[in-house]
Amino acid sequence: MGKSFSYLIEILTKYFLGFWAVFTGLLFPFVVFLILLYESKLAIQNFGLINFLMSTKWDPVRESFGALPMIVGTLISTFIAILLAAPISIGIAIFITELAPSWLKGIFTTAIELLAAIPSIIYGMWGFLVFAKYMREDIEPALQKIFSPFPILSQLFSGNPTGIDVLTTSVVLSIMIIPFMSSVVKDAFNLVPSVMKESAYGLGATKWEVVKDVVIPYTASGIAGGLILSTGRALGETMAVTFLAGNVPQIPKSLLEPFTTITVALANQFTEADTPLYLSSLFYLSLFLFVISFGVLILAKLMILRIEKRWKK
Amino acid sequence: MEKVVLYRRKLISKVMLFLSFIAAIYGLFWLFWILGTLFLSGFKHLTLSLFIEDPGPPGIEEGGLRHAFIGHAIITFIASVIGVPIGIFSGIYYSEYGRDSKFFKVLRNITDVMVSTPSIIMGAVMYALLVVPFKHFNALAGCLALAMLMVPVISKTTEEMLKLVPFTLREAAYALGAFKWQLIKDVVLRSAKIGILTGVLLGMARISGETAPLLFTAFNNHYLSFDVFKPMASLTVTIFDYAMSPYEFWHNQAWAASFCLALFVLILSIFAKTLVHSNFGWVKIFKRKKGQRN
Repeated sequence: MGKSFSYLIEILTKYFLGFWAVFTGLLFPFVVFLILLYESKLAIQNFGLINFLMSTKWDPVRESFGALPMIVGTLISTFIAILLAAPISIGIAIFITELAPSWLKGIFTTAIELLAAIPSIIYGMWGFLVFAKYMREDIEPALQKIFSPFPILSQLFSGNPTGIDVLTTSVVLSIMIIPFMSSVVKDAFNLVPSVMKESAYGLGATKWEVVKDVVIPYTASGIAGGLILSTGRALGETMAVTFLAGNVPQIPKSLLEPFTTITVALANQFTEADTPLYLSSLFYLSLFLFVISFGVLILAKLMILRIEKRWKK
Repeated sequence: MEKVVLYRRKLISKVMLFLSFIAAIYGLFWLFWILGTLFLSGFKHLTLSLFIEDPGPPGIEEGGLRHAFIGHAIITFIASVIGVPIGIFSGIYYSEYGRDSKFFKVLRNITDVMVSTPSIIMGAVMYALLVVPFKHFNALAGCLALAMLMVPVISKTTEEMLKLVPFTLREAAYALGAFKWQLIKDVVLRSAKIGILTGVLLGMARISGETAPLLFTAFNNHYLSFDVFKPMASLTVTIFDYAMSPYEFWHNQAWAASFCLALFVLILSIFAKTLVHSNFGWVKIFKRKKGQRN
């Protein structure tokens, strides 16, 4: 009995574990996609793809749903957040890898990781109850004053500062993605063989020249991967944005106007959707979000894999 | 002339490195501002009644958040009970059976991508699967949404921890005539158990801060409830509702609740990190050896 029993367990274990592996890596993402697709069937039949994407009207009363304001809002806030976070994250990565003494490295890395561990609802609440006030009363009027002489920039900062707008949302979003971005960039920097750096130092390069001409060119795809990974994160960020965006389905004309994103629309309206078409349109939005963020994250993964392949051996 | 050029290059280097230092300070600035506010506004309003009383009616300054604390614990617990084993099972397979297979390599990368999938998507999926058929919000849907969020996280960390177990240990077990399942049970899992525990703790830290998947699954409840087929209050959704409300008293309670939540999440993640660095001694040794070979 002993040996054949062991063989039985051997086979059972393999298939049991294998099932869950296939479930996690294939079945589960696929089922998520199918469910979203199935639930958005009604909206797809009603609006099609182009109409849904291009219509700016989101009107639950007349049952006319267009996703353009949400998609534009998501893209704008993500773009500005990345723009704000990228130089800071690269700076932090340079500081950790090249500048900080070794005792500080660990402490500092942990501190930045803590920034990532804070739940997003707390960012949202802090932004809504604390930070928005400073934006409304100090920062936004100051920005308006600075940029008022310039024709295009003054348009960007026109309007009544409320603190609940594109700018505040993007700033808080940028704080939230700094930890992810800087940790990917830092890992990429660490993969550069020290021989490369030492030979540059040997030629008489300064520290910045080593970073600029050796480290950054050789980790370019890692940095790009970090940027895209954070884009994927920022696209799907919900709670902080829900607090700060203002949930107005319009395409913002300036940075100081309230707007909405896909996630804000989902968070606010799922419980209110009273007709099948309304609900289906929300599922259509989630399908979009899922496909876009999945695509973006796959792209990031590929770029990071590329640099690892080049340097890890 | 040459000296001027050298001086300029050195100056540029100093300026750029100073800017990177400023970037680091900028990151710390937000951390301290957020944690500082949380501590000042949250700690002040921590009272005993926050933990042991149910909430009062809106606008009346009495009551606590007992229902939300208990609800949150129940939801997180059930989600972990469902999510942890699935994540560990698939992590074991990825590391022990599918390490060299192309197919499972693709699956591993998809799992990695699923770690960063927007959490609100899970809420939407569970809404379709469990809320629509039951015709009302229920805590079970919230638990499953969180569990599904947890699975990729646990799976990835388990896989990475198992990969750190030296191959020679496995060969030794094979040489003794062990079956693969015996090898996994008695050698691999035993030597990586603290690493797996770390992954579980990190996964729990992640889901206990989630709000979005609970908004339209577990929803919210103004009363204490133990029934998973009914709506159940959670700390995060309650914080969301209270912070959005016009009442000062509710804001204060939301701060206090956020303080507790952040404390829990941060302690959990720091504890997990130190666990991996201190008790997992042989990993350190192994890593150092690997580093020397490079």
